[in-house]
Amino acid sequence: MTASPITKAAQHTPDGIAKKIRGLSDRSIAWIFVAPTIFLLLAVNIFPLIWTIRLSFTNYRVNRPNKEVEWVGLRNYERILNDPDIWHTMQATAHFLFWTILIQVLIGFALAYLINNKFKGNDLWTTIIVFPMMLSPAVVGNFWTFLYQPQIGLFNYVVTFFTGGDPADFSMIGDVYLAPWAIIIADTWMWTPFVMLICLAGLRSIPDSIYEAAECDRASKWRQFWTITIPMALPFLMLAVLFRGIENFKMFDLVVQLTGGGPGNTTTLTSIDLKREAFEKWRTGYSSAYAVILFVTVFGLASIYVKALNKVKER
Amino acid sequence: MSFSVTEPTKGTKWFSGILVVIYAVITIVPLLWIIATGFKSPADSIAYPPVVFFEPTLEGYVNLFTDRTRATAEMLEEAGPPQTWYEEIARERGTVISGPSRYGERFLNSVIIGFGSTALCMVLGTAAAYAFSRFRVPLKDDLLFFILSTRMMPPIAVAIPIFLMFRNLGLNDTHLGMILLYTAVNLSLSVWLLKGFIDEIPMEYEEAALIDGYTRFQAFYKVVLPQAATGIASTAIFCLIFAWNEYAFAVLLTSGTAQTAPPFIPNIIGVNGKDWPAVAAGATLFLVPVMVFTVLLRKHLLRGITFGAVRK
Amino acid sequence: MKTKMMTTVAAGAILASGLSTAAQAEDLTLCWAAWDPANALIELSKDFEEQSGHNMSFEFVPWTSFADRMLNELNSGGQLCDLMIGDSQWIGGGAENGHYVKLNDFFDANGISMDDFIPATVTGYSEWPKNTPNYYALPAFGDVVGWTYRKDWFDRPELKAEFKETYGRDLGVPASLGELKDIAEFFQGRDIDGTTVYGAAIYTERGSEGITMGVTNALYNYGFLYENPDQPYDLDGFVNSAGAVEGLEFYKELYDVGAPPGSSNWYMGENIDAYRSGQVAMQMNFAFIWPGVEADENVGSGKSGYFPNPAGPTGQFAQLGGQGISVVSYSEKQDAALEYIQWFAQPEVQAKWWELGGYSALKAVVEDPSFATSQPYAQTFLDSMAIVKDFWAEPAYADLLIPMQERIHNYVVAGDGTAQDALDGLVRDWVEVFEDEGKL
Repeated sequence: MTASPITKAAQHTPDGIAKKIRGLSDRSIAWIFVAPTIFLLLAVNIFPLIWTIRLSFTNYRVNRPNKEVEWVGLRNYERILNDPDIWHTMQATAHFLFWTILIQVLIGFALAYLINNKFKGNDLWTTIIVFPMMLSPAVVGNFWTFLYQPQIGLFNYVVTFFTGGDPADFSMIGDVYLAPWAIIIADTWMWTPFVMLICLAGLRSIPDSIYEAAECDRASKWRQFWTITIPMALPFLMLAVLFRGIENFKMFDLVVQLTGGGPGNTTTLTSIDLKREAFEKWRTGYSSAYAVILFVTVFGLASIYVKALNKVKER
Repeated sequence: MSFSVTEPTKGTKWFSGILVVIYAVITIVPLLWIIATGFKSPADSIAYPPVVFFEPTLEGYVNLFTDRTRATAEMLEEAGPPQTWYEEIARERGTVISGPSRYGERFLNSVIIGFGSTALCMVLGTAAAYAFSRFRVPLKDDLLFFILSTRMMPPIAVAIPIFLMFRNLGLNDTHLGMILLYTAVNLSLSVWLLKGFIDEIPMEYEEAALIDGYTRFQAFYKVVLPQAATGIASTAIFCLIFAWNEYAFAVLLTSGTAQTAPPFIPNIIGVNGKDWPAVAAGATLFLVPVMVFTVLLRKHLLRGITFGAVRK
Repeated sequence: MKTKMMTTVAAGAILASGLSTAAQAEDLTLCWAAWDPANALIELSKDFEEQSGHNMSFEFVPWTSFADRMLNELNSGGQLCDLMIGDSQWIGGGAENGHYVKLNDFFDANGISMDDFIPATVTGYSEWPKNTPNYYALPAFGDVVGWTYRKDWFDRPELKAEFKETYGRDLGVPASLGELKDIAEFFQGRDIDGTTVYGAAIYTERGSEGITMGVTNALYNYGFLYENPDQPYDLDGFVNSAGAVEGLEFYKELYDVGAPPGSSNWYMGENIDAYRSGQVAMQMNFAFIWPGVEADENVGSGKSGYFPNPAGPTGQFAQLGGQGISVVSYSEKQDAALEYIQWFAQPEVQAKWWELGGYSALKAVVEDPSFATSQPYAQTFLDSMAIVKDFWAEPAYADLLIPMQERIHNYVVAGDGTAQDALDGLVRDWVEVFEDEGKL
């Protein structure tokens, strides 16, 4: 973010000109421009967050309005971190995150690379590919349960058309081994276009002159790909990973509609588990602690990641 | 036409084109299946095994927009012969239309909340992004990361305090409450995206304007805004897609007055269990506005997603 | 906006013309689940609007989020709902947390007697604590789990012959759960008219209450008890008794040998779909679906039969569903809401309710000689309502339901551990809940 000449200019300009302007000073304009945003974020994001943190030290339960609220210190945190089930949901989340990101980056990048070859009509096909990500995730989850039904859905019929066998031989959301893949497939279907768009932008940001120079040096296409394309597109790839990571860590609507967390707890991601604690068991204090732990986890991981991203960008 | 070494060969283009088209066709099948289901009869929609060719009917759309009751003989007699084509469709199933469904209302709510929050988000986001881009704001980097971090919170985690807070402020289940909420959630993304765009606009233009006697505010309004228009448009797409499709907050915080369509659509029930054609019809119609918006602005989609990093 | 304006206009008209309504015309909101009977209630309520001058609005929430959404509303003291047709298990919380208005005085003053309603529905939907005359709701919709079967398939001579040869008895309505499983197994994977069909669609849903509402139909009949009949909240040895374990194993076996592939997260809607599309020979489902089955183009008009949940080794019970109608104590329009209940309790209204597809719980309706023959499923409904048993209705019912969903689903669908493990674990979870509640 930092090194662009424009921002440098921005940091160094004002003094001379600033004096000449009439009306509001830059400083007050800056505040007027930033304040509403900060205020709204404080009110709708930070204030509830602080409230959540406060609640996390209590045994408060929303569904027991008459019960006295007690401070329980760190007991909620202790209970969560010692609960083996929570580690199970973390594992399920990690599995989901790893595979969705990996597959989406591979397919998304490949598509972007192909589209960047500027064949005729690439604009139209890009738009078509982008359609799934405009649907509501809840609706997508809902429809994929329908598509995955071995008897009345389309998925099994299409798969067995190619592989042979009977559509009823397998059940994507009923089988403990297939269900984690069922949610990965639906998420990949929906969000690969997003990764593709970021990658495409990355590829288009590489100036032709670099390839031309490489061509003069008689570097092979293969070599150009690894020494120019990948490094230049890397910040974009990392950005895609960051966004998909954050979004899928919070993933709720699609999976809850698709599998409801089942079979058993196979696809119970942390956000689904959290929703059960908060809005089904109504353990407000406990679930607040859970939320804080999740937030700290994703915040910590994202901070490290953003630092790495900035390093890559500066290179 | 000048020869360029970076221009892919004809063979490469063909090869790339074919692969992309194959992917596009595969990826569009589930979507087409949804759209087709909207035109199936309830029996066809759950046909075992599934049917690809069927006799299209508008029953799903009729069911989407109406509430129907299973009619007793007495009611049928009282109602007389069907007056309209949609009543006729309902009668064929032995039901009478008892009134309009909530779908229209929910859809309108989505329009108000989706577009309202997107507009508000663009106003606030552009202003904040401009300030971050041009001025020395104390703790700038920390503030920026703070803004991004607000997006990391799972919605469920803050839903209870927001619910309690909204209730105290009288914002529960109101359009204004949902607009503010979605604006706040989207602001992080839009400030980051917009800052990228504004960074790209050369300072020289504004400086020239300032020297010509414009105030800083006028310079922002008359010089920067027009230049940032494409960036704003592309950012708006992403804000709209999110606000339009959001589910978790909507399902937890709204009910009677301000509920949007996403929590409503998956659960449309007919007179006998889930009404898949109506669900599909609802999903199809719901896709149309954001699809149109995206197709219109598709040229800017790419720039939007990358913090304006695509250079010409 | 429009409805509000309409109300104002309507109210104005009534006031101006000085019509009979003494009370002020109110805009009442009734909250219920979004399902078939709710549509019928809209139709039924039109009479009330006409008679009282009040305007009715409805808030119907899908079953899978009904409890979350509505309990959230009640717990926060929300004023969205004036009338709540809340699920039977909410009654304890509704009473103890003061969400519902106690209706005893109102019933007495208006000559509404709970003796006029089917006893099981009064206990199930209205009373808290159970079996004491403290009423917080009027039974509104009687419902119970029962079975639907493909009579046309059962009647096929070639299938009858083959069944007789294999099992040594006639193919027909099963007399026990064991027989039901045989029939399911018999149909599983069978080719009928060119398609493969399966045995029975049963409840397996994970997210809300599905699998619990299903498995209890097996558990009850094999000897499962919620607690020691002599000592409340004494669970060990009752919840996880040898009979209960056997019942749970039965349900898993039924799932493994008789349920359609992929039916791992099925509840009411999925079962209906499977049955209507001709995938299964039998389905477990709440009685509310039966009017729809009768009217269906594929499986209706005589092709389907109905039977109550068959007996097991230790008894015959069926899972209670259904709801009572309550007045929400946070409502500012309680008088008008009570007026609605008073209207709804009238025998004529209840009779029309049944006619529209609502299961009235009023004795005058169901004990009418013509009732049992009024619909093919009417007798089955009556027989089923005589054997009902409900899940916990404690204020902490949701906390009790969640571990049950999890333990049962983990064992039955995901195949984790043994039935004994699952029920032992359930005892531990439930004890913890009751300890939290201060009841143990």
